[in-house]
Parts: sequence; C-alpha cells; structure tokens
Amino acid sequence: MAGKTLNLTLKVWRQKGPKDQGGFVELQAKNVSEDASFLEMLDAVNEELVSKGDEPIAFDHDCREGICGACGFVIDGEAHGPMKSTTVCQLHMRNFTDGATLTIEPFRAQAFPVIKDLMVNRSAFDRIISSGGYISQNTGNAVDANAILVPKADADEAMSSATCIGCGACVAACKNASAALFTSAKISHMALLPQGQVERKERALRMVAAMDAEGFGACTTTGACEAACPKDIQLTNISRMNREFFVANATKRPKHSDGGAG
Amino acid sequence: MANKLDSKIPSGPIESKWEKSKFDYKLVNPANKRKHSIIVVGTGLAGASAAASLGELGYKVKAFCVHESPRRAHSVAAQGGINAAKNYQNDGDSTYRLFYDTVKGGDFRAREANVYRLAEVSANIIDQMVAQGVPFAREYGGTLANRSFGGAQVSRTFYARGQTGQQLLLGAYSEMMRQVDAGNVELRYRREMLDLVIIDGKARGIIVRNLLTGEIESYEADAVVIASGGYSNVFFLSTNAMACAVTAAWKAHKRGAYFANPCYTQIHPTCIPVHGENQSKLTLMSESLRNDGRVWVPKAVGDKRHPNDIPESERDYYLERVYPSFGNLAPRDVASRQAKYRCDEGRGVNESGKAVYLDFADAIKRLGEDKISERYGNLFEMYDKITGQNPYKQPMMIYPAPHYTMGGLWVDYNLESTIPGLFVAGEANFSDHGANRLGASALMQGLADGYFVLPYTLGNYLGGTKLEKVSTSNDAFKAAEDGVRKEISKLMGIKGNRTVDSFHKELGHIMWEYCGMGRNEAGLKKALQEIPKLREEFWQNVRIPGDANYLNVELEKAGRVADFLELGELMCRDALERQESCGGHFREEYQVDGEAKRDDANFCHVAAWEYTGENKASIRHKEELVFENVHLATRSYK
Repeated sequence: MAGKTLNLTLKVWRQKGPKDQGGFVELQAKNVSEDASFLEMLDAVNEELVSKGDEPIAFDHDCREGICGACGFVIDGEAHGPMKSTTVCQLHMRNFTDGATLTIEPFRAQAFPVIKDLMVNRSAFDRIISSGGYISQNTGNAVDANAILVPKADADEAMSSATCIGCGACVAACKNASAALFTSAKISHMALLPQGQVERKERALRMVAAMDAEGFGACTTTGACEAACPKDIQLTNISRMNREFFVANATKRPKHSDGGAG
Repeated sequence: MANKLDSKIPSGPIESKWEKSKFDYKLVNPANKRKHSIIVVGTGLAGASAAASLGELGYKVKAFCVHESPRRAHSVAAQGGINAAKNYQNDGDSTYRLFYDTVKGGDFRAREANVYRLAEVSANIIDQMVAQGVPFAREYGGTLANRSFGGAQVSRTFYARGQTGQQLLLGAYSEMMRQVDAGNVELRYRREMLDLVIIDGKARGIIVRNLLTGEIESYEADAVVIASGGYSNVFFLSTNAMACAVTAAWKAHKRGAYFANPCYTQIHPTCIPVHGENQSKLTLMSESLRNDGRVWVPKAVGDKRHPNDIPESERDYYLERVYPSFGNLAPRDVASRQAKYRCDEGRGVNESGKAVYLDFADAIKRLGEDKISERYGNLFEMYDKITGQNPYKQPMMIYPAPHYTMGGLWVDYNLESTIPGLFVAGEANFSDHGANRLGASALMQGLADGYFVLPYTLGNYLGGTKLEKVSTSNDAFKAAEDGVRKEISKLMGIKGNRTVDSFHKELGHIMWEYCGMGRNEAGLKKALQEIPKLREEFWQNVRIPGDANYLNVELEKAGRVADFLELGELMCRDALERQESCGGHFREEYQVDGEAKRDDANFCHVAAWEYTGENKASIRHKEELVFENVHLATRSYK
C-alpha cells in the first residue's frame, strides 16, 4: 500500500495552558503518506518539532481505532474532520488533496476548557454520568441473565444509543455547545431496557440537571450534533430525553425520608 | 525466598476450592470496612469493577486513571466478546468444559485452580453485566445470543455488536461512577503511578505524577490494587492503545513484586497489515470474523493477481487444510504461525508480502450481505476507512500482530503479589491464561478479578493483617517522592538529539525480530546485547522539550519507554531460559513439523523473576504447575 504522498500547510491552534490566550501557528507537513491517519500525520509533524527542540502539538488520543473517544479536534470547522461517521484517528490522509491548507483547532465549549493546544478537559461528561447514568445493581446477586428478557428490537436500539464514545464532537459542533446528544444517548440506552425502569425518572431529572449545571448550552434541535457524531448517535435520543424529562418532572413525587422505627 | 512463591492454592477437589476459600476467608465487619482505604491503579475492566465492588462493600477507594476519563481505558478495544459457561445453546458447555478449554488453550502453563474459578464465576459475570444494563445481542425471543470464537467448539461467547469491550467497560465504569456519586470512590484522573510505597514490608501507598500539573503526589492506603493492563507496546507497533504501558507494574516489580512469564505475549492473527514507516499502531480486526471468513493465500508463489481473479482451485485455504476440525477457528498462536509460514514461503499477499486473505465471499453468498453487515458491519467499515478497500467486494488482508500479554506480576490464588498488600488484577497479573490466551477470555478475567475475586481476597487480607496507621508524611513516602523527582529531572536534563519515539521504534524492532512470533537462542542473545546498548544511549541522548512542571507528553512517553527498555531485556532473558515452545511462545529449536513442542519434564512451571537492582541479573524462581484434572497432553487442533 505504498501510495502517494501529500504536502500540506497546517494552521494549528497553539495554546500553552488554560490561561494562555493562544493563537494559530503555521506549520508544514511534508511527504505525508496517503495511507497515514490524520494523527500519524501529526505525529510526523511532532517528531520534527521535537527534533528542533520545540514542544510537540498536544492532542488527546489513545486507542486510534475510533472506539475510546479520546481523540478529536476541529479540522476546517468540522469536528473530527470532513468524513462522516469517522473519528479523527480513523480519518486517513487519502481524503485530503495535495497542497491544501488545513485549519486545526480544539473543540470549543465553555464546559470544555482548553488544557493545552488541541487538548480540552471533558470531565464534565463524567460528572453527568455520575449523576445518574447507571443502574443501581450491587455485585454478586444478579438474577440469571435470561431471566431478564429484552425484545431484540429494544436491545438493538439501546445498543445504538450506548454506542456513544463520549468524544464531545456533538458539543463542539453545536452552536450552543449543548451536551444534549451525549446525555440523551445514555438516558435512552437505559430507558429502553427493562433494567433501567426503576430509576428511569430520577435518572432523567438528575442527568439533565447535571448537564445544565456544567454550563452546556440549550438544545435547539438544529442537528449539527448528529451530523458531526462519529458514531451516528441519532437525534431521536434527544426527543426521548425531552419526553423522559417532561414525564418525570410532571409526575415528580415529594421525597420521603428513609428509614423507620425499630 | 522460596516460600515467597506460595501459590496458596486451597486444598480439596477443584470444584469446591473457591467455595471453601470464600468460607475460610476472614471477614471485615461492615462498620469497620469504612475505616479501610484501598488504592486501585487503573480503571479499565478490572480496575473499574474492583473499585465499584469495593466501594459498594463500604471500603474507601481511591481510584487512579491515566486517561482523562475511565471510559477511555483500553478495555474498550476488545471487540469480539466475552465467554461464559452458560450452556444457553444446549451444545454441551459447562464450567468444566470452559475450564478444560482454557487450561488446554493456555498450553498447560496456567494454574488449574485459578482457571477453574474463572470458569466458575463466568456465568455470574454475564448476570451481573446484564443486570447493570449492558446491551448484549439478543435473539428475537429476548434471550441472549451467543457465537463461537477461536479455540472453542461450543458457542459460549456473548457479544454486543463489535463493541463488547466498550459496552462492558461502560457498564463497569458506570457502576464505579455510581460509587463516586455515593462518595465511596474518589477518582483521580490523568495520574500516572510512578512508584509503590512499602512500609513494614507491606504495600501502603503510591506516588503519582499529575499529568496536568506535573506535581508529584503521594497517596496512602491499607492495600494497593494494580490493574494497569498489559505491556504489548514494548513492540512499539501493537494493537494496544498509545498509553498502554508497563510502568505501574514495573515500578512495583522494582520494589519487589516478582514478574512472571514476561515472554508470554500473544500474537493476534487478524490485524490490518503494516503499511508504512510512520505507522503508529496496528488495528485489530475482531477474531469473530474468523467465524465466517475463510483464510487463504494463492497456491503459487508470487501470484500477484487481484484476489477476485484467482480461481478457487488456485487458492490454498491453509487453516482448513492443515486443521480440518478447527479450520479457520484454530487458536490464535496456531493461526498466527501458519500465516507467517505462508508468507515465509513467499505466498504472502499485499505489496509487502506480509499478509494473507480473510475472505467473506462464501459467507456473503450463503447468508447475504445484510446478515454479514449485521454481524460485522462496523468492523468492515473500520477496515475500509483504514485501507481504502471494501471488504464486501474483495477479501480483507490480515497479518499477525502483538496483542495481549499473558505475562505480568506474579500473584497467588488470592491475586496477591509477592509484596503483602499488593494485589494485581486483569492483564497486569500473569494468572489464568498460561502460554496462550484464547479469544473472549481477557474480558472475562478482568471482570472476574474485579467483581468476584478481589472483594473476597482483599477482605481476607484486611481482616487478617495488623496494619499500623501511616500517613504520606512518613519517610518512605518522602524517599519515594524524591526518587521520582530525581528520575524526572534526570530525563529532562539529558537534552540529547534523539526523540523518544525513535528509541521506542528501535526497541520495538528488536523485540519483534528476536522475541516476537518466533524466537531462537542466537536471536535472543543478540537482543540481549542490543537492548542494553540502546538503553545506555537513551539515557545519554534522549531529547525531551518543554517543562516538567506542566503537561508534557514527551516526558510521559519517555518514562514509559525507559521502563520498556528494562522490561524488554527481561522478556528476552525469560524467552532464552524457556527452552521449549508452548502456546504463543515459539522457540524455533523446539518444534515438530511447525507445531510447538512443549517440554513438560523441565518447563511445566511459571518463571517468576525477582529484581535485584540496576544492571544486575534478575533471579529466576519457579512455581511448579500441577495438573490433577486436565492431563498434560499435546494440543492438537487437527
């Protein structure tokens, strides 16, 4: 597969730290193999920077198989770049043209502060999960797995929602930096399964509240998130989240204190 | 010394060892549990499940994650599935059969008692994961679906499309996050363990570097669990994620934990082949593809025709030919070696000659494109993205690559290392898989250790050990912190001319060449000369730009490569000493017609290495393996 090579001009966002102002720096990427991934192209640029004693461009990445969700930045205005349903680690250079100039910048959202260069802090997502993105199931006493029957159609739909890798592209693509697609994917996954029923309402209330508290913007259903999502998470999740939230809010019962006599 | 390798295998028949142990273990009463703190290093499947269950029990858990979120752990990358002896398919599966297959699959180099326990709790794992909402594949009637996997003749693999690892990790992660919410687990992100602190002979804490700020931090606890994964990145090109490293385990090794069977690395047969010089990693195509894909090469040497133009009669479906009863589902080591032989014969495909075909044409004809797409669609898309070729229209190309590592820190039946109070779980320990890991068994072991073993064995340790109160102001912490700071400033001060990656690549090349799919005495001796030279150059000539007091990716990589440079040497020494072929570990001098030739008379043991100091030879200890239930026999997949 020794294919063609490309020469590119990169306008890369460099920012030393959260408090640094940051700005674009122009770099050249020469003799890039079209079989290389976008991150491998950046690796080569970084090797050159390091050889000169400069600091490499910092970017998050790990599995490089499109699954872990660590990587991701904006290329020419598009989160994860121009290919549909593709993480930036799975974006290969054969999709670019020789001589092109590419603008590379971090995901931008108030709730995702920049750490360095293209690296942002997405721990707000973890806090949304810890607010209710789970099923309370203690270890060691679960019933036989086949005692919980799940219609195939429901399992498949739950799986499609669960596919979310939490990369944050939805937030970056949204003009309001809303986390509705991420949050709704988790709420849907669990609302679709029998295991998720008991905590269904509480989960919707808590997770939506956590999402708002993190400073993500409101969803106005423009669909930019769905278009940018590398895992094809559907907008229908957001409709489902809204319904779950609405029903939960409308039927909320006052909390009773736990415990009792004797 | 010898008594340090007490495997603590409980007495009695294999079927009741675990039950008996659980009854015999000391308990910690619920009110006392909250007085104990436990450190968990690594939050992949093993770490997250351990943190979740220990938190649930009431212990105060401090969990450490090298990533920005536990959901990124490399467990996500396991695609194919997880085994469990449920016998839902009524095809004769049982705990004993899963145990038997795993012992045999590991080529009789795993500990029977551990493997039996693994098979025993496998069914609970599925129950647990389903109950916490993992969306496994289902049949139309709502029951769970199964498929078969390499090395097994029953359908016992549970899966969630091609993302089983990710879904299981999200399950364990969400349970851990529930404990974070409940205040039982304190989670620290972007922290890398750089030393283990031992006080009065017991593991009492860790030193970490905060990867965001560069600060060196100390944490104390009553026990430490290392669940930091495997070390295949020693090969530079492997299927492991970029951050996978041996560092946490290696630092514990240097503090006295024995490192067992380091040369046992699994080569996975179905990877996308190497394409060029700048490649950073290899991508695995799930083993499940071998359920429907047929592996072949052209019969004629140098046949460069397009695969679709090569007629059936001129193809060699070599796995089906050589192993008629297992065919394309032959175990990983066997399938990998056969691919290498075909390429060595000059019948490899791809421009490099280092690839074989994995063909779905027959399956598509039999089942239709829709069915194939339902089973493997995401893998096909991934292949297309990486190679620019459509596997629905022409065969995939695959080649073996370093994958899982079966070696790791030595642990006894309780998953405790040779350092009291230091427990090791998942891929970071050596147990359960022997010389070769079968498909769909890593996820099983990670979750078994975290959910079903550690909660008992840690309780036994805490309940039966007198622990003085320690704090991070203790001298042992200060000394360890100083050591870590010194090493970092040494690395930063070298200011040489070579990048970290260039050293890593060179080491990887040595390891793959001489300690990879095939090894021999001459090659290993050569590697043992080259690695120390490379290590010396690293410490004189590595270049790390930037500042140690803030996020510095090059510094992080340099620390990991420094440890790989030490581990690599130990792997070669271990491979050299093991004068036999077993499982995925193939010493070319010991073979019969290309198949591994074991030497049970001399090597039916675990080799556990003791670190004795910088530039000093490690000492090799032996744990003899006893096979009372599955009789030692030559594996045959023919």
